[in-house]
Amino acid sequence: MDYSELIKKLTEGNSRAAARLITIVENDIDAAEEIINSIYEKTGNAYILGTTGAPGSGKSTFISTLIKILLAQGKKIGIICVDPSSPLTGGALLGDRIRMKEHFSLENVFIRSMANRGQLGGLARATEDAIKILDVFGCDIIIVETVGVGQSEVDIFRSAHTVIVLLVPGLGDDIQAIKAGIMEITDIFVVNKMDLPGADRKVSEIIQMLELNMNYKYNSIKKTRYIKEKHWEPELTLPNSDNLNEWIPEIIKINSRTGENFKDLLEIIEKHKNFLETTGVIINYRKNRIKTETFQILKYKLTKKVEELLNSEEIEKYLEQVIDKKLDPYSMANLIMKMLRNDKN
Amino acid sequence: MTEIDKIKQEKEEWEKNCLREKAQQERQKSFRSLSDIEIKRLYTPNDIKDLNYGSDLGFPGQYPFTRGPYPNMYRGQLWTMRQFAGLGTAEQTNQRYKFLLRHGQTGLSVAFSLHTIYGYEADDDKALGEIGKEGVSIDTLKDMETLFDGIDLSKISTSMTINAPAAILLAMYIVTAEKQGHSPEQLRGTIQNDILKEYIAQKSWIFPPEPSMRLIVDTIEYCTKFVPQWYTISISGYHIREAGSTAVQELAFTLADGFAYVEAAMERGLDVDSFAPRLSFFFNSHNNFFEEVCKYRAARRIWAKKMKNKYSAKKTESMRLRFHTQTAGVSLTAQEPENNIVRVTLQGLAAVLGGTQSLHTNSFDEALCLPTEKAVRIALRTQQVIAHESGVTDTVDPLAGSYYVEWLTNKMEEESEAYFEKIEELGGVIPAIKANFFQKEIANASYKYQKEVENKERIIVAVNEYKPREPCSIELLKIDEKVAEEQVEKLNKIKSERNNEKIKEILEKLKEAAKGTENLMPYIIDAVREYAAIGEIMETLKEVFGIYREDSIY
Amino acid sequence: MTEERRIKVLVCKPGLDGHDRGVKIIARALRDSGMEVIYTGLHQTPDDIVNTVIQEDPDAVMLSILSGSHKALCPIIMQKLKEHDIDDVLIAVGGIIPDEDKPFLEKHGLSGFHGPGTELKTIVEFVKNNLKR
Repeated sequence: MDYSELIKKLTEGNSRAAARLITIVENDIDAAEEIINSIYEKTGNAYILGTTGAPGSGKSTFISTLIKILLAQGKKIGIICVDPSSPLTGGALLGDRIRMKEHFSLENVFIRSMANRGQLGGLARATEDAIKILDVFGCDIIIVETVGVGQSEVDIFRSAHTVIVLLVPGLGDDIQAIKAGIMEITDIFVVNKMDLPGADRKVSEIIQMLELNMNYKYNSIKKTRYIKEKHWEPELTLPNSDNLNEWIPEIIKINSRTGENFKDLLEIIEKHKNFLETTGVIINYRKNRIKTETFQILKYKLTKKVEELLNSEEIEKYLEQVIDKKLDPYSMANLIMKMLRNDKN
Repeated sequence: MTEIDKIKQEKEEWEKNCLREKAQQERQKSFRSLSDIEIKRLYTPNDIKDLNYGSDLGFPGQYPFTRGPYPNMYRGQLWTMRQFAGLGTAEQTNQRYKFLLRHGQTGLSVAFSLHTIYGYEADDDKALGEIGKEGVSIDTLKDMETLFDGIDLSKISTSMTINAPAAILLAMYIVTAEKQGHSPEQLRGTIQNDILKEYIAQKSWIFPPEPSMRLIVDTIEYCTKFVPQWYTISISGYHIREAGSTAVQELAFTLADGFAYVEAAMERGLDVDSFAPRLSFFFNSHNNFFEEVCKYRAARRIWAKKMKNKYSAKKTESMRLRFHTQTAGVSLTAQEPENNIVRVTLQGLAAVLGGTQSLHTNSFDEALCLPTEKAVRIALRTQQVIAHESGVTDTVDPLAGSYYVEWLTNKMEEESEAYFEKIEELGGVIPAIKANFFQKEIANASYKYQKEVENKERIIVAVNEYKPREPCSIELLKIDEKVAEEQVEKLNKIKSERNNEKIKEILEKLKEAAKGTENLMPYIIDAVREYAAIGEIMETLKEVFGIYREDSIY
Repeated sequence: MTEERRIKVLVCKPGLDGHDRGVKIIARALRDSGMEVIYTGLHQTPDDIVNTVIQEDPDAVMLSILSGSHKALCPIIMQKLKEHDIDDVLIAVGGIIPDEDKPFLEKHGLSGFHGPGTELKTIVEFVKNNLKR
């Protein structure tokens, strides 16, 4: 299939071309390969924000407000909203777009809803490709929004520059729900609805959690310095020269409805961006990103291949052997590995 | 052994000896009402053994009003036959009103076009395609004057189904009457003016909840002083039910809204007895006959108790719930529409046996278009047949004392109380709306119902059972697309003939007042009198109040 | 090697019509049949709808209109889609559409016309069987 026409339109900023290409990469990994081959060298301009939070944390209002501010700065913004697919039916209600209904003009805001389709790593691969497409489309900033703080979020966010997790007072166990994986990669913890009682308590809980769980990365977060009581920058305890090259997560309170403190939030994001762009860190960072991304693609391809093999006729006779206890599952797995190695494709 | 125990024992014997295996051979595994309440095979005195006539039922016209708001009900005066009507231009609707009045209708009820409901003028982009459909198009006072041309507003009561711009339409009505030579004290009628249910169900809101409540309390305050016979809110359950709620949800959510309005007015400093007598209600009348009757009786009892005990009302009139009913539009089918006449009859009858003060019966072509003259005449006649030929109006609250009816009335009250608690936990009606509590309940109930219909657990005649072989065709009402052009022409003419400078001044004053806490009614009346258009007034208010954006769920 | 392809559907309420009970139920039913569904919410202008179609690239668009404004709004939507070269999306309209208006709407490229009382599975099958791509 020839995608050059679509890709040409994409580089010209044609929305429909972008949307069509995203659909193709979602549904067809071989086509995705071709398309990414063609556009990869043009990527790298967009800054990618990953945001997530438990339901009820006010993500949509948060993103809406963020968008308004970025638009005012003249930025072109892409938003990818990911919603879960039903494990039973495979269908999905993609309900994020409807929460951003305020009139966003066609040219500067591009919103795309995606379902996570429940496979191992499949989502991360498709999202990563969609991000690249929007990058080449011309977005300055791409926001990837998901619900929840689990493994698939970790996978998606490995491709983000800055990861923001939204928490909110009154939602009892949103901190406990943050799996270790997410915690490791969060750059900014945002406490939304700062006008509610319990906002400060939420901040303390976050600090406690970070101190408890992250000490394998840092010596400790000795004390926190209050800036306008809305923003916490951790202070490091030295000595540990490693720390100089690590980003310690920052915590900030905001109010999405009023826009309070968003200016500070953007400053932190800018700070993180600068941090990433200084040498040393960014190369390692990028290498890790690429490793992860390639791993995702491999995992996906291999999984599909193995599934194919398991369902093929050749396997039938092995299955029977396992049932008759002439073969054990490990040996069968080894046989399949051999088949893969000999596979010419 | 007490009488109750004796009956209990005899029932068990009856089940063993008489009912026997028939118990396992019933048409359904369980029989459930439209609120998912399990209905027993048989009710006996045991089911209402704790019922106390005096405190639970009482006498009609007295606390707790379970048996009716008035002592002799329909023996004294029949309910108002008030058919909701509105179509095309003001001239066309005026004709329809005269038709209905000629045929025995006793009160008027105005249906407005969607663009009027949202406060957009006929020439606004958003009004495209909607002019004259779903109701009458009203842009300025001139349209209102045409609407009631030849109808003496001091002799008739008018209900206006309008919510976000209710204050404006009321102002137009008052000035129209003024031009006919009548003072506001003579005016009788209602404005629906129930914004809370808009957020929950009908979805025709404009401003956010807080300024909307302010406007509503403004109208309550103004009418209490100047238009004392006017019902300032018709606290509605009809739309909540149409959106898919169960009967219990309709009951609970409507009353919860009512209490929220009471609290808002009291917060303004108004004495509860000064405004509560002029609050009215609007319920749906749906298919499960007895559930509907019990719903109305429970509503009266719950309202009376809360008004007395929670809000310390002293006047009888403050505790007395009165309501208008409309038969359920959503229950009517496009397939074999004539069957709808039968459905409407049963639903109308339930409303009458429930003690409604005013009734609209739907026309049989409801699922297809705005009603034709024939259809609306039959709907009106349905009410007249019930009133004069069925005998149910000869006595008050005839179903009282039925073991089933009293049990179900109690049950509905109980389940409503559970909802009131939940709403309290969420912080009240407005926080619950923002948390999408009602909307979720309704969406889930409507989905469940649809699944039940598709699984044939609920039968809809001619739709999922007894399906017709040929498509039915009946005469339909069409709104001429020329109506839109006419309306825009009229609007332009008015705008060129009126004093635009004066209007600008008045709207400026309105804007300033809106920023503060003054009552806005006098400013709106002034604006309307100079032929300011609805859109202009709404835009002015939007600048101060903002617009509400729904956080949709599904 | 292709992914499992999911049908993506946009469910819309154009105009001022606020009757959203049906459209919400249809959204759920389509989801239950394995489709990916986006509901745009109420009060969508033709531009809003076309904009969403461009960005979300659905396989089908279901318009729900019960207020009688279909003859005014549908042609405008179809025209705008044409201007953007969007011709491979199934566009269906349902709600309250009198029989005599169907030929007019068909001429403009619309189909479906599912009214009150239509079974959900009919609508699901309709989408599955009438996709243009």
